[in-house]
Amino acid sequence: MTQKESPSVVLFESISHALRAEKLIKAANISCKLIPVPRHLSSDCGVCLRFSSGTKEHVENILQGKLDFFEIKPL
Amino acid sequence: MKTIYLDNAATSFPKPEAMLAAMISYQQNIGGSPGRSGHGLSIDAGRIVFETRETLARLLNIEDPLRIAFTKNSTEALNIALLGFLKRGDHVITTGMEHNSVMRPLRFLQTQGVELSVIPCSPQGELDPEDIKKAFQKHTKLVVLTHASNVTGTIMPVYEIGKMIRARGDVLLCVDAAQTAGALPVDVGKMAIDLLAFTGHKSLYGPQGTGGLYIREGLDRRIAPLMRGGTGSRSEFEAQPDFMPDKYESGTPNAIGLAGLGAGTSFILEQTLEAIRAKELQLTARFLDQLDEDKNHVTVYGSGNAVKQTAVVSFNLTNITPSDAALYFEEKWGIMCRPGLHCAPAAHKTLGTFSQGTIRFSFGFFNNEKDIDHAAGAVRDLIQKGNKI
Repeated sequence: MTQKESPSVVLFESISHALRAEKLIKAANISCKLIPVPRHLSSDCGVCLRFSSGTKEHVENILQGKLDFFEIKPL
Repeated sequence: MKTIYLDNAATSFPKPEAMLAAMISYQQNIGGSPGRSGHGLSIDAGRIVFETRETLARLLNIEDPLRIAFTKNSTEALNIALLGFLKRGDHVITTGMEHNSVMRPLRFLQTQGVELSVIPCSPQGELDPEDIKKAFQKHTKLVVLTHASNVTGTIMPVYEIGKMIRARGDVLLCVDAAQTAGALPVDVGKMAIDLLAFTGHKSLYGPQGTGGLYIREGLDRRIAPLMRGGTGSRSEFEAQPDFMPDKYESGTPNAIGLAGLGAGTSFILEQTLEAIRAKELQLTARFLDQLDEDKNHVTVYGSGNAVKQTAVVSFNLTNITPSDAALYFEEKWGIMCRPGLHCAPAAHKTLGTFSQGTIRFSFGFFNNEKDIDHAAGAVRDLIQKGNKI
């Protein structure tokens, strides 16, 4: 698997933020999925949004300014 | 005997079929704890709650759905706003038409060193915005008022007051929309509302046990929560989250209720608020017109003009107490209404109907002209029987 195809996740401070982000990203036709936060990442809320790292810039642009707090990390 | 339900100002009944269907579907197919786990049923539960937030935000013209914190009713929402914001030495202004959901927290705060001004309304229950303006003091922090009286339906000049307060800049406006969210246009932007309390089970056609508080951006920093506890977020920290909506939503939410509230609110968007208002206005006007034919025996409280009020009519019959009348209406006519003080002693003092209260008929979208004529017939019948019942 190349770097581009490997997944990344967006971490949020609450489930409400995660659900809002999921809606925004899906509306832009980027495939993503809400999953439990992997143990090694720890996080504020129990779920994070997994997406293909190749779309990272796009995902960042969508969320920027729309959500107070989020962090993107490679999985 | 057919039951005619005319107590929609207490809680709307019946509800749209879609509301019950959404609740059944939620419990049959989802049923997870929203935001508490990463599994599919928990996420789907969270999604239902979030969609309800979005639907409400659309109806109330709230830009960011996360500015809405869910509560169990508007009383809880008002308590968060009033107890969480006001401090010893602050001055707060309210009106003489308030429900106890506003009045009791304020009377309590008065014992804690908050200064309170209650602005009198006319005997018809109408408020002059200029009177609010005159009550401003240097340390005034908040104006809190109902959007429409639960006793007379009288619509308060929230738009004018909002404009006036926003121009001052340092005072907040808190609106009790228990009687109006879903029944009249409520626009937090246009009305310059900083804090909006609403209930789910009246004109939003949700189940009992649902409601919420809208908090304008930036203000949550100045409002302490009523309760603290688990939120599913920031679980590694023992301090309460400081962001919306989690700050005010401790404990497992009423997800099944919120599924119903979402469906109820969607029903309004489908029917359109304009169509719902037009129908309720027409029913109210029809009833007021028929009461007017017996005006020698009936006293109607409030403006007497359907355009100036919600679908609520308060009245009294000469020489008959409201409780006797309500019992007669139920036993002989199958009408469910509400006599007495309607949890609003201040409003009844304004109207001059304290302490016996009034008979209140409140109509809803699911009533029809036949119900109205039936209700008017019941009133005529009781007038003829007089105190011989």
